[in-house]
Amino acid sequence: MAISYDEVEVGTELPAQSFPVTRATLVQYAGASGDFNPIHWNEKFALEVGLPDVIAHGMFTMAEAARVVTDWVGDPAAVIEYGVRFTRPVPVPNDGVGAVIEVTAKVAKKLDDRTVQVDLVATTGGQKVLGMSKAVVRLA
Amino acid sequence: MALDPSFIGRSYPPTEPYEVGREKIREFAVAIGDANPAYTDAEAAKALGHPDVIAPPTFPFAITYRAAGQVVEDPELGLDYSRVVHRDQQFRYTRPVVAGDRLAVEVTIDAIKTLAGNDVLTVRGEVTDATGEHVVTSVMTLVARAADETGE
Repeated sequence: MAISYDEVEVGTELPAQSFPVTRATLVQYAGASGDFNPIHWNEKFALEVGLPDVIAHGMFTMAEAARVVTDWVGDPAAVIEYGVRFTRPVPVPNDGVGAVIEVTAKVAKKLDDRTVQVDLVATTGGQKVLGMSKAVVRLA
Repeated sequence: MALDPSFIGRSYPPTEPYEVGREKIREFAVAIGDANPAYTDAEAAKALGHPDVIAPPTFPFAITYRAAGQVVEDPELGLDYSRVVHRDQQFRYTRPVVAGDRLAVEVTIDAIKTLAGNDVLTVRGEVTDATGEHVVTSVMTLVARAADETGE
């Protein structure tokens, strides 16, 4: 069911979501995206270049955060702008559990043409991993 | 070594078209765990007004990143890719990517800056379809950490 522009207000919260990520997730994402940088699957390499562990692809985190918006609006094509800053990596330990990316979002501005700006916050282990994350979304 | 600011504004020739396959979109949607039917069910996509299944919002990066290789690997520019991190990513969509699209990317260097000894490079990819119409713009900012910086 489409979200109506008239029904949302500045401050309206989108349903928050948590996205688990394991080493297997990263291998699968590497294959699907074509990004085979070893920092996303090779722990020895990641440590050698000074990272704390294998880290998730930034674009994987960006893709997960977008789901909070697209699940809310239904039609992914309603997203007409989307931008993030990668402020901190998401370490993914090889412990069978991995990491969890927590995403919250709320309507920050009502814009012209029945569009709104949604601001997103993504964290892992309580630390922010995306900054200045926002989407412009066209509502019904 | 700082990047040469005279590269600002340089454009590279459009890439050969990338043909977007339904199964590639499905593979990508599965990899990000996204069950939105618009990505895998053509009827569901049509019900939303799309001609076929559409791709998730971040899917175009796979195409624009490949195209940006022209910049990243340009020996004249001399970027040290082993020290590069992805700092910012933005997309501006005219329409979603749809299965069957044949997409070309024209890459331009929008900005080169030096911040605290680190090179900051902004690369824009304009993605157009087979008719030359705009689909999406991808703007990627990379930071190449200064070579003498250690273990952060």
